[in-house]
Order: sequence, then structure tokens, then C-alpha cells
Amino acid sequence: MNTDTQTDRTPIVSVRDLRVTFTGGKKPVKAVNGVDLSVARGETVALIGESGSGKSVTLRSLLRLHPARRTRIEGRIDVAGVDVLAMNNRTLADYRGRIASMIFQEPLLALDPVYTVGAQIVESIRRHERISPADARKRALELFERVRIPSPERRLDAYPHEMSGGMRQRAMIALALACRPQVLLADEPTTALDATVQIQILLLLRELQRELGLGIIFVTHDMGAAVEVADRFAVMYAGRIVEEGPTREVIRNPRHPYTLALMQARADGAMEKGARLASIPGAPPDLANLPAGCAFAERCTFVQPACLQTQPDAVELGGSHRARCLRTDATAHVMTRAATHAPRPLTETA
Amino acid sequence: MSTGISIEHIGAPAGSDRGGPAQPLLTVNKLVKHFDLKKSFVETLVGGGKVVRAVDGVDFKIMKGETLGVVGESGCGKSTTARLLMHLIDPSAGEIVFNGETVGSPQLSLREYRRQVQMVFQDSYSSLNPRLTIQDSIAFGPQVHGVPKQEAVTRARSLLSRVGLEPRRFAGRYPHELSGGQRQRVNIARALACEPRLVILDEAVSALDKSVEAQVLNLLMDLKEEFGLTYLFISHDLHVVRYISDRVMVMYLGKVAETGPAEALFQEPHHPYTRALLSSMPSMDPDHRTEQAALAGDPPNPIDPPSGCRFHTRCPLAEAVCSQRVPILENRNQRETACLIHEPGSGHSLAGTAIHAS
Repeated sequence: MNTDTQTDRTPIVSVRDLRVTFTGGKKPVKAVNGVDLSVARGETVALIGESGSGKSVTLRSLLRLHPARRTRIEGRIDVAGVDVLAMNNRTLADYRGRIASMIFQEPLLALDPVYTVGAQIVESIRRHERISPADARKRALELFERVRIPSPERRLDAYPHEMSGGMRQRAMIALALACRPQVLLADEPTTALDATVQIQILLLLRELQRELGLGIIFVTHDMGAAVEVADRFAVMYAGRIVEEGPTREVIRNPRHPYTLALMQARADGAMEKGARLASIPGAPPDLANLPAGCAFAERCTFVQPACLQTQPDAVELGGSHRARCLRTDATAHVMTRAATHAPRPLTETA
Repeated sequence: MSTGISIEHIGAPAGSDRGGPAQPLLTVNKLVKHFDLKKSFVETLVGGGKVVRAVDGVDFKIMKGETLGVVGESGCGKSTTARLLMHLIDPSAGEIVFNGETVGSPQLSLREYRRQVQMVFQDSYSSLNPRLTIQDSIAFGPQVHGVPKQEAVTRARSLLSRVGLEPRRFAGRYPHELSGGQRQRVNIARALACEPRLVILDEAVSALDKSVEAQVLNLLMDLKEEFGLTYLFISHDLHVVRYISDRVMVMYLGKVAETGPAEALFQEPHHPYTRALLSSMPSMDPDHRTEQAALAGDPPNPIDPPSGCRFHTRCPLAEAVCSQRVPILENRNQRETACLIHEPGSGHSLAGTAIHAS
């Protein structure tokens, strides 16, 4: 197992021009429209966006969880050197859990209610490895200790409904790690949790990633949670990654108007009480009916006629920071200018 | 402005305003709600059995025109408190005084009280009737309270335009034809249709995306000023509560841990739980990430809450006395704290020393 904290350069996940279209309804819905993403070993990438931005659809495509008959997936996905879209059902089942596994937002729905969590972990290990039930249970116990579930021996025999929310999420992380995957896909794993529990789970993920050298894709709409775990940010809007770069760069100096607006709309960024929040007018576009130009153009404060004509290409901003926008010149240093009236620190005692 | 005559007196004193601005609009005394768990046959005969102590003796006041924010983890009783205030569930004990009259007394019937206190729920979809157009939904409440249909519809349309939904485009739509942010605007308009003085917002913006959340928060601030409303704002999002509230109440396992003016409370939390809750917020600074979780484990079960101070099982400053003695909500300089450290002579070794100079 890789215990090296350094990230090595060959990407473990490589997504090229991914397009996902759902064809079940009256009109085809273009949920993902050309996503390029790569994740190095031991790296955590946060995929950030609002509902309908395509972040979860992208993530689920990596395990091919979409119903095959009603979904058209185009592009190329390679995980640990295997072409995911070319797999047949059998190799796909071997791949899920063994090379890449997923943790979900709501563990109560993701875990099977009629089996104990221990039995589910044992089943998963024995699906992938020739190992005796007793040894598999021993592994399950180690995993429970690893994710710091108190009195793990007893908890293995608990049903999901007998555990608290935070404990269930830990159990699901244990289940996801049962077959020693190289990639962990996390779909809003802390959204349903209380703040005090959320930070515990985020710290656990960070620690596991460091010790096991996992590549993690962390899907969330919560910038704060993403800052705690991610090395890199990828911001999605209307099925495209509109801005991508190191966490520090994207947070301190966002260059796509959408990222900029998201940062400014945060209530904690408000300069003073009673001042109006900078909100983004309008609503996200209809994915069944996308505009020809930039999808954010009609809500954008920097919009120009050219924005309505073409899809902007990614503009390199240095240090692997790039944004799909024609107006990156206008967005430079907007945040740093605003930061001269820095928002008050939130907790002096922290 | 196209509001017309029909909504101009929303929030204006209905009947008589008592006591002037110094008297609280709402006073809650020793409010208790226990939910019975399934009982065995013997227990139904002789009494007993376990109860969930969802709200266990809560006292607070809401002043006229202020926004009181309520924060706490799941299971702390914040939503139960909201439902008790609306009388959607009956309290096990305790008293709610609204504008100087006890709710449910002959002077203030439940029906009249409910007209003056309205609520907006978290789930914008399930709180609207799917078979009514949004105009009918908004006009329904006033009609129940005796407003003629024509006037109720006029009022609904002017409210729709006030919350930013053009009536000509939206009035005839059904809830499923709107986005989440638009539906929540409809819910706000519906709450205002009965001309309330107090609006309870129970996680009203929590389900919205950040960009839409900012729009709705701005709208709430505008409406409050325009109609002179008072808000009870419940949320688990501490940033939003800090932004919108004048005062904040922190709850833990069915009890009030601390209340105080929002800025003072966030700058200098008195109760160890408030301090832990605030430091659990993600830092938003990639160079100073959180290294240590402030609290371990989940909140305890409200079925058998810990004895004494309910926070003692997770409190970093707990001493033996904390498991024996129930702290009293002490009032000092507008701030109330239920912690033995802030209670002189309580037996806690830090008692008296931790009382801040503020």
C-alpha cells in the first residue's frame, strides 16, 4: 500500500471530453457537456457546483451507475489504466469496489437495511477475494477501527438504522475501503451531517487519503467543506468545468465570473450586517435547451456580445489554473480588491 | 410600486399593540414537549415508559421587529420549538405569551394567533398544495380568515409581484412548474398573505443553492423592513444565521445553551458548546485548515439525555459537578448562558474566573 504523502504525476483517473445525455424523457437532457478531468494518485479534487450542474452525473459515470438503456455516454474514461466505458458487465463488477468505490450522501439509503453492516462488508470483501468468512470479518473489524467507530466489535453486528448519522457515514467509508480501492468517489458525503460531525468526517477523509494514497474526487456544493479536503478545485456549471486550479488559487483569485459570484454570494463574505448580499440574478439554464454561447452569459455581469456566440475555450492562467471565459482579463484581482475590507474572522477562540 | 392598497397594513399592529416596543412580541415560558415512545401493555396501565425529551424547558423572548436566529445540531429541538410555537403540535407543558396575551386564552384565540404568526418550511414543494395554482394557494389563507375572494386574489397577485414573480406569468402556474427558489418565494408570499406580525422561518433557505439563497435572503431583509415583521430564523448554517440575526439562541438537546446579540455571541461565545459549534465551521482558508475536530462523536440521544448539564459528556471543561447539577440560564448584560462555569458558586473550579469582562 502506498503510504507516501507525495502525489506522483501519472493520473489515476483521466476523463476526456465526457458527454452524458439522458434520453429517457421527451427531450434529451445534456447533463454533462465535455468534461476533462484528471486526478493524480494521492490527490483530492473537489468537484463543485449547484444542483443540476452535472457534478454527480460526472461522478456516477466513473462507476457507470447510470441506467445503460436511457443514457448515452461519450468520451473516454480511464481509471488506473483501464478503459471504463469498454468494460462488459463482469469486468465492471470486478472494477466497482476494487479499483474505484463510492460513498454516498445518505448512508441510510445506500446501506442495505436487512443486513448488519458487518455482513455487508464481509460480502463485499468475499466478492472480490478468495478469503474465509472469519478472515473477512477480521478485516472488517480492522476497517471499523480504522474509521474510528467506538466499540467496533459490537457495531459490526448492528443494523444501519441502529447507528447515528455520523457513525453510519463512517461505516459506509469502511465499506468503500473494504477492497483497498485506489480511487474513492465521494458524492456529498457530509451534506446530511451536522457541522460538528461534518468536520470529523472531513478530517477522517483527509487522513485516510494521506495514509492510503487514495485519489479522491469529492463532489459538493459547499465551498467550505471542499477547502478542508481538496488539493484542487473544479467548478462546474451547466455540465462543463468552467474553472479549475489549485484550491488556494481558485479561492483567493477566482477568475470565472460564476466562481467569483459564488464566492461573493456567501453570507460570511458580506462586509457588514444588513448589507445586501451579492446575489446571482436568474436561474441555471435548462439542460434540455442549452444556449449556443457561454451557458452563464445571461446571468453574468461581465457579459459581452461575443459571449453569446461561442463556447469559450479554457484560458490558461498559469500554475495549472484555467477558466472557460472570454473575460478573464476583467475578473483578475476582483477578489483581492474586495479583500481590503476583509470579512471579520469568524471565531477568535478557534 | 404596484402593491396596491391590499397589502399595505401587513405587520401593522392588528387590533391593539400592547406595551410599546419594550415588551416582547413573544414570550415563551418553560416550554416542554415530550414524545411518548411505544409503551408496553403494563406501562399503558400504570404509566411510565420512555419519552423523547425533544424540548425540555425552554425560555426565550422575541422582541418586536427583531430577528432571532436559532442554531443547534439535529435533535436539539429547534424545529420542535417552531412547531410548538405554531401550535402544530400541542406542548406537554409551558406557556406562550403573544403580545401580552396567553395563546389559547379567551383574549387570544388560536385562530387569531395563527393569523398573526405564520411559518415557512424547508421543503418548498411538499408545503404547497400540488392541485392549487400558486395564486389560489396564496389567496387561500386570507379567505379562511374572512377576506372576500376578490380581495384575497388581488392581495395574492400584489404579493407575487412583491416577491419577484410577475403575476401575469406565474399566477396560474402549479408548484411543479416552478424552480426551488421560485417556490420558496411563493411560500414566503403565502405566509405574508394573512398579514402576520411574526414569521417563523424553519430552515427556509437551507435547501436552496447558494446563488439563489442570497436572492431569498435579500428578499427576506427587504420584506422585514417594508412590513415591520419579526422573524424567528432557524438554520443549521451558522454563516447565514450570523448574517441575518439580531440575536441568536443556541440549543442543545432540548435546552437553551446560550442566547445573546449575534455579533457578541459569534465574537466571544460563552458556552463551551457554542465555542465548539463555531469552531466546527470549515475555515475557508486553504493555508489554515482545521486540524482538530472540536467535538468527538454525535450528539447523545434525547431519549435518555445525560444528567446535570446535558453537554457534560462532550464538554472539554466538564468536571464531576457538571453531571450532578443542572445549570441555570444566567442573564448578564443581555447575554444568557446555561453553564456552571458562568454560575458563581456552582462548585465548578472555573466558576467565577470565566466570567468575561464584557
